[in-house]
Amino acid sequence: MLPFFQWVSETPLSQAISQSPWEFAVIESVHLLALAVIGGAVLMLDLRLLGLGLRDQPIARVARDAQPWLVASLIVMLVTGVLLFSSEPIKCYYSTPFWVKMSSLLLAMIFAFTVRRRVALADEGRVRPVWLKVVAVVSLVLWFGVGASGRWIGFSV
Amino acid sequence: MSLLPFCQWLADTPGSKALHESVYMYPLVESAHVLTLCLFLGLAVMFDLRLLGVTLTRVPMTEMKRRLGPWMTVGFVIMVITGVMLFYAIPVRSYQSIFFRAKVIALVLAGLNAFVFHNTIDRRIAEWDRAPVPPPAARRAGARSLVLWTVIVVAGRMIAYNWFDCDKQPQSAIVNTLAGCVLPSDVRAR
Repeated sequence: MLPFFQWVSETPLSQAISQSPWEFAVIESVHLLALAVIGGAVLMLDLRLLGLGLRDQPIARVARDAQPWLVASLIVMLVTGVLLFSSEPIKCYYSTPFWVKMSSLLLAMIFAFTVRRRVALADEGRVRPVWLKVVAVVSLVLWFGVGASGRWIGFSV
Repeated sequence: MSLLPFCQWLADTPGSKALHESVYMYPLVESAHVLTLCLFLGLAVMFDLRLLGVTLTRVPMTEMKRRLGPWMTVGFVIMVITGVMLFYAIPVRSYQSIFFRAKVIALVLAGLNAFVFHNTIDRRIAEWDRAPVPPPAARRAGARSLVLWTVIVVAGRMIAYNWFDCDKQPQSAIVNTLAGCVLPSDVRAR
């Protein structure tokens, strides 16, 4: 995979971002703002699945209301994330936190749009409460993994 | 009046030095500060979007406050504690950072916005509790909050960059003034 990372580092986009004194910082800020939104959207539903947060509301309603914010913030995260990655692909290639983040991200996204979504939109009572909680915990663990390892990319040299 | 002497004294305390020089503690505190953003600001954003009437429109405002308020409080407390620790680790540079100063001002304004909200339109919440789209005064409070927190997050992130640091001269006069830099010429003038 190294040749691909090297190729990315030679693209004009990569050169432009890594050579600019402020572009990385600006993209990073947008990435961080979207983090808050995705955090809110994920937590809103996971808290509800745990029987916390907006517990007086039907699960499906919380899921439907949170969904557009989850999708929108995820798109912003992915776009800004690709830009951040493209500015320093070689550093990422040799960064363990980067690979941990990409693996958890893949799992978190698949889980969010398959199991978690199906469980949240299912008729309440058809899914046993314990499974709702398991789904919420798995979701929280996966997204926490994405966030924590993502922050750690910046600390590693 | 300058807080610079206090910050210099703080920087010389053993705790501040230990945290600043720690291999894992500082990154861990910073990670906790950033990730708690999801808990506190994530839910605050949802709350503000509800105030704007663009999401969770069928959830009464009192329910938003009662059910999400405690989580936001927990998140806020963690943000403040870790934030104070980050300042404690690097007091002088933070104090003389224009981004840190902008962040503090925006934080005060966000607090003021919340205070005004609670003492005006929020007092009459019974009248609009279930309204899918809250009254203009409530929507304005939500919009102001979103703008201010955007400033807080961006300014906070920028503190890490040294573009306008006092020890990186020459800087324009306006930057030196806003950052409260003490230049060698100032010292000699005294």
